[in-house]
Amino acid sequence: MRVEMFTFLLTAAICLAGSFGVVLLRNPVHNALSLVATLFGIAVLFIQQGAYFLAAIQVIVYAGAIVILFLFVIMLLGVDRAEGFDREPILGQRPAALAAGVAILGLSLTALLSVGSRVTGQASTLAAIDGAEPNINALAKVLFTDYVFAFEITSVLLTVAVVGAVVLARKAGAAIDAEEFPDGTAADLLQVRYEATEVADPELGQLDDGNASDSEPSGDDTETTTEALR
Amino acid sequence: MLALNETWYLVLAAMIFTIGAVGLLTRKNPLVMFMCVELMLNAVNLTFVSFSQALNDIAGQAIVFFVLVVAAAEVVVGLGIIVAIMRRRQGANADDISLLRG
Repeated sequence: MRVEMFTFLLTAAICLAGSFGVVLLRNPVHNALSLVATLFGIAVLFIQQGAYFLAAIQVIVYAGAIVILFLFVIMLLGVDRAEGFDREPILGQRPAALAAGVAILGLSLTALLSVGSRVTGQASTLAAIDGAEPNINALAKVLFTDYVFAFEITSVLLTVAVVGAVVLARKAGAAIDAEEFPDGTAADLLQVRYEATEVADPELGQLDDGNASDSEPSGDDTETTTEALR
Repeated sequence: MLALNETWYLVLAAMIFTIGAVGLLTRKNPLVMFMCVELMLNAVNLTFVSFSQALNDIAGQAIVFFVLVVAAAEVVVGLGIIVAIMRRRQGANADDISLLRG
């Protein structure tokens, strides 16, 4: 019991420190790394409560995939600069947010602590987890019997999300056609574009002035130089 | 020494949820706002697992599995939207994206 308490307190400290890091640090990269600390702490708490499969998923999916995706987007967009905290857009936004936070925390703690440590509700309505069966077996059995329909819907959701992300991240109005791949392969096209940018670098400013009214930052310029080279 | 029961976990989850909510309300960078949403989702997951353990029922862990999947899908679509916006307007924050304002 003493070891469990020590583990809990240490992990809780790491989780809270990571959460404060996500909210308070100014550099988005530091925010993402603080988020990793919190996610690992919660994975440890999952293990402590016997949810071994979820702990593994937490580390693999959250820390291994989602945070990497965050970091990838941060680097892609080049927003790894410090964000200014100087100006608040709406007057009194921060005090209002703090008041909302105090209200949420106060209400939750009141609801939790006023009743003591007594969980109401019927126990073991679906399947017990008292050690008769390994955690992964019990979870898999429930997922593929009671929740099988939701599980299938989940796969549809993931497919829709992937298609949606591809559609959203493409340049607007750019259709895939043969014009985009002049020599047949994408690698060749990349090479052509790279050389075009290298060669026409002094003239890029000139081209920029010509395209100043366009809101597209860089795509048009490389397109133009590629066509000029052709 | 006090015994470690589910109330400790629930109090910790409430704290993490509150920190995430306040961060979501105060930060302006859309990426950081997404991270705060992830914090809140993780706090709720911790609550589910704690109640699952307290009630000796696997259903809470199954729900956490679905929450994880939905969170992954949400992050993928949300980051796609953010990339599409940032490509048009460099360095945009949440206050600049107000075209739907009445």
